[in-house]
Amino acid sequence: MKARHLLLIGYVIFLMLPLYWLLNMSFKTNEEILGAFTLFPNEFTLDNYRVILTDPSWYMGYVNSIIYVTLNTVISLAVALPAAYAFSRYTFVGDKHLFFWLLTNRMAPPAVFLLPFFQLYSSIGLFDTHIAVALAHCLFNVPLSVWILEGFMSGVPKEIDETAFLDGYSFPRFFLTIFIPLIRSGIGVTAFFCFMFSWVELLLARTLTSVNAKPIAAIMTRTVSASGMDWGVLAAAGALTIVPGALVIWFVRNHLAKGFALGRV
Amino acid sequence: MTKTQNNRAWFLVLPVVVLVAFSAIVPLMTVVNYSVQDIFDIENRVFVGSEWYREILLDDGLQKALLRQLVFSFAILLIEIPLGIAVALAMPSRGRWASLTLVVLALPLLIPWNVVGTIWQIFGRADIGLGGVLVTMLGIDYNYAVNPFDAWATVLVMDVWHWTSLVALLCFSGLRAIPDAYFQAARIDGASNWAVFRHIQLPKLKNVLLIAVLLRFMDSFMIYSEPFVLTGGGPGNSTTFLSQTLARLAVGQFDLGPAAAFSLIYFLIILLFCWLFYTTMMQLGRGPRV
Repeated sequence: MKARHLLLIGYVIFLMLPLYWLLNMSFKTNEEILGAFTLFPNEFTLDNYRVILTDPSWYMGYVNSIIYVTLNTVISLAVALPAAYAFSRYTFVGDKHLFFWLLTNRMAPPAVFLLPFFQLYSSIGLFDTHIAVALAHCLFNVPLSVWILEGFMSGVPKEIDETAFLDGYSFPRFFLTIFIPLIRSGIGVTAFFCFMFSWVELLLARTLTSVNAKPIAAIMTRTVSASGMDWGVLAAAGALTIVPGALVIWFVRNHLAKGFALGRV
Repeated sequence: MTKTQNNRAWFLVLPVVVLVAFSAIVPLMTVVNYSVQDIFDIENRVFVGSEWYREILLDDGLQKALLRQLVFSFAILLIEIPLGIAVALAMPSRGRWASLTLVVLALPLLIPWNVVGTIWQIFGRADIGLGGVLVTMLGIDYNYAVNPFDAWATVLVMDVWHWTSLVALLCFSGLRAIPDAYFQAARIDGASNWAVFRHIQLPKLKNVLLIAVLLRFMDSFMIYSEPFVLTGGGPGNSTTFLSQTLARLAVGQFDLGPAAAFSLIYFLIILLFCWLFYTTMMQLGRGPRV
């Protein structure tokens, strides 16, 4: 029993140390970071955060990221919900092949799609828009959403559907007013995963944007290489990218475990 | 659950098919198209057949990158899967501490991948980083920017930091799904902890472990941002993995043909391995019932 606790505590410390260091550095001045090795900030400063929150070329990065992540989550859920219902309730010609084909897209390295995406979105005039990034992230988020939602939907007994149809519900009305409320925790979990994978992806997001829709992660890399090394601001920007994720985790914390098993436990 | 045969269900999956076709088939066809042509500009292109494929398969640098990638991915699986299971077994099962542990564990998963690189870049520096300073204090001459071994170790530890939580959370939810009656029966039989793990918990974890192995393999095989930020693929080429090689070829040098051939080979390798994992784990699970 003791060894278990030690392992868990050790692991949590291992997880927290790099994060603590990031926070610690974000409250220091650059002179202190480079001059002395200190476990706590000696001259506590909020300047690094002030730089980010007052400069539009910085904080618009967060806004851009949040816009395309939200768009992606909405699109993924909207198309995946009916499809997952079809997979969980019906057999139809080619269903297994279709499901496997969808999953292969989750396995495709984004680097493979870099160039074709760039050309595709440039040619239809969507380059450097939020919707382009949102659509590109559908490549891996839609298959994942279908996969998770299908798991949750298969847990709802089929008799519910049949009873509703006998009671004279039309399919859309049944789906929206009865079925969706039944699987709302599954929908929450799916939204969480869409958010997560879209929020953390950088390669495609950076390739498909230049100015107007540039994600915060890309702004960080550019500014750092341009201005030498502004460690303090870099650490502050990094710390701020963790905030949305931490908030989202907090909201889904009770469904997290089931969600990570993709509804299949 | 018995499913009804109904081909009208295709109407329900149509939106997904259209959307994914737009974002997968069109680009994939473009890649196939490039991979068999030598392209100078839009008007001047020559059909070259399998030449790019031959060039890519025989390229020394790419073979080395593939080898590095395989070593990396298998090392990741060997560390993260057992560690993840161990952490999941150690987690409190319910109550306030359980939710808190879950939230803490999930935190690294929600950090943008390049920021993960940044965090470790800061943390690992031998002069200003806590991790680097601690390792140096142990008397080890450590610098991930100069020494290939240190760079490798840092990238490995970074990935363990980043992704072991995923394995742990998957296993945790698998463990929660085991009915208490199983454990009570085991206690009456006087089973040891190891016997409980081997004959009750591990078999029940098969499904989630399959997901964990597949996800970890796929994602580590596509790793790009984290080593790119941390080491830039260096020192030398020691931490340059496949995605980075491909990105250099496609966007850096703009060698469309070879890059496209590379992409397709890359994709096929991933599919092959996932299929192998999937079938072997399914075979293992079908062994004699306990």
